[in-house]
Amino acid sequence: MSQPRVLLEIPVEGNNFTTAGEAASRVKRTLQKLGIDSALIRRVSIATYEAEMNIVIHAEYGKIVLQVDAGGVTVLAEDRGKGIPDLNQAMTAGFSTASDRARAMGFGAGMGLPNIKKCTDQLEIDTQVNVGTKVVMKFTYPTTS
Amino acid sequence: MELRSHSVVMDADKCIGCTNCIKQCPTEAIRVRSGKAFILTERCIDCGECIRICKNHAKKAVSADLETLKQYEYRVALPAPSLYAQFKGEKPEKIIAALSQIGFDEVYEVAFAAELTTCAIHDYIMNQRQTDSAGPYPLISSSCPAVTRLLQIRFPSLIPHLIPVDPPYITAAKCFLQERLPRLNIPREKVGVFFITPCPAKITDLNNYGQHLVDGALPINLLFGGINHLLVEKELTAVPHRSSGIGIGWARAGGENSGVGVGSALAVDGIQNVAILLEELELGKLHDIEYIEALACPQGCVGGALTVENPFVARAMIQKLAGQYGDKTLPNEVQTLYAELIKESARFFTHDKVVHDKSVLRLDRDLSKAITKLNRLEAILAKLPEMDCGACGSPTCRSLAEDIVQGIAQLTDCIFILREQLVELAQRLLALAQIRPPAMGWNNEKGEGGE
Repeated sequence: MSQPRVLLEIPVEGNNFTTAGEAASRVKRTLQKLGIDSALIRRVSIATYEAEMNIVIHAEYGKIVLQVDAGGVTVLAEDRGKGIPDLNQAMTAGFSTASDRARAMGFGAGMGLPNIKKCTDQLEIDTQVNVGTKVVMKFTYPTTS
Repeated sequence: MELRSHSVVMDADKCIGCTNCIKQCPTEAIRVRSGKAFILTERCIDCGECIRICKNHAKKAVSADLETLKQYEYRVALPAPSLYAQFKGEKPEKIIAALSQIGFDEVYEVAFAAELTTCAIHDYIMNQRQTDSAGPYPLISSSCPAVTRLLQIRFPSLIPHLIPVDPPYITAAKCFLQERLPRLNIPREKVGVFFITPCPAKITDLNNYGQHLVDGALPINLLFGGINHLLVEKELTAVPHRSSGIGIGWARAGGENSGVGVGSALAVDGIQNVAILLEELELGKLHDIEYIEALACPQGCVGGALTVENPFVARAMIQKLAGQYGDKTLPNEVQTLYAELIKESARFFTHDKVVHDKSVLRLDRDLSKAITKLNRLEAILAKLPEMDCGACGSPTCRSLAEDIVQGIAQLTDCIFILREQLVELAQRLLALAQIRPPAMGWNNEKGEGGE
């Protein structure tokens, strides 16, 4: 018998700033129901929110997939969009290619990916220009809980 | 630790089971079962939203009353600044005079203590800037106990943001005991200290953490009639009072921030607004904000569930009074007393009470059981209409699904599911009724036959 796990898939719409953040909120509420350590929930929430905003700001559409099991928490953020031409540059704090509209709303400060890296225990980014981006964020449980 | 006693309780005789309250509760702490609402106490934050919404007045706050005063030789009132906004333009010096007439020997203003608190918060923020610039920003005020409880229940990851500076009603009691009691020559047990409160959350907070400081809390709406009568009918001699506009201003949303005076502070009021803001904060959306004043009641403490005056009218009144009594700079007396008090004890204004993560939202202590329950919950939710009508007695379809998983509700509590099942049953009954035995005169071919 396979170990119990939670699998949650939430669609994310590109350029829709009204629904932006709902996926991260849902991920957060789900983790609260599972009784995950609150400091870990905070890290997952912030990383998921940044990844969700990256989809909203830069991609056409995408999804957030949450997976939780005894081993840890994994959040996948996958999108169809323009991809990241220079990943190293995108990982640099302050660098951003966000549209003027997004910047006018206070987004696109160039802290998205650096912030995600800071919050995750393991980060994999797979991107292809004009195809899309797949970000896998892994989190491990604190040892004393 | 579970709270020893909540101030918000049900009056089951008055409850008609209408479900209005269940949707108003910010922590989904109310259910209706067998025609009566009941409160899941481990989730209740005593904000008083249910007291406000209930048309039948079936929710009430348990408090002391004027009879309690008789147990003491010397009675002290600690009036919340919001009391000053209740009497259509009457001045604090008259309201304090009225308090003396209804049975208090002394009045120690919470508005005055709020000015000392203002100094303490300002200093805490300045120290924080120097010690840990990365700190848990933004810092969050501890002044509203309903907000503190909301963090424990719904936003535990934000608990480190709470500053440990005591709210003014605690500081008022501490100051009275430190500054005034030694001069009275009356033993502590013969002195009754009573906080005059605008809300149930502060009653609960005092019941649990302030029992050594305060002997009871009296709701503003309980004293309103008596005070109002005196103000209208009697010629009261105004008594001198100590608070300035800064302390009085604490009664409205934004008053605390205006007194503390740090640049990038924001004030939010109304428990649902507070929850929305904290949600954004938890997702890391708020930047460049140093301090948040968050108050559970609309317009701040003037909107407390135990007040009488309309919150908007009361807020305007407070702003007017604050202007009249000076809300630009703290009086010298305050600054001197503040300096004296922290010289005697550096931690006079702060507490070391641990604010715990309540974790009441989790489905199970065991992760794999919680996962199984969550998957069941989602499967049940998929069958429910997601109209959140509340007719089942749970506030939302999601909470009904959770209640089913936890064994305190069943699927047929949903009136839509019940109706579907009735339709199926009726169809089956009809199908059975149409099958007639051969002895009745025809074969049992479906849909055929006649006389």
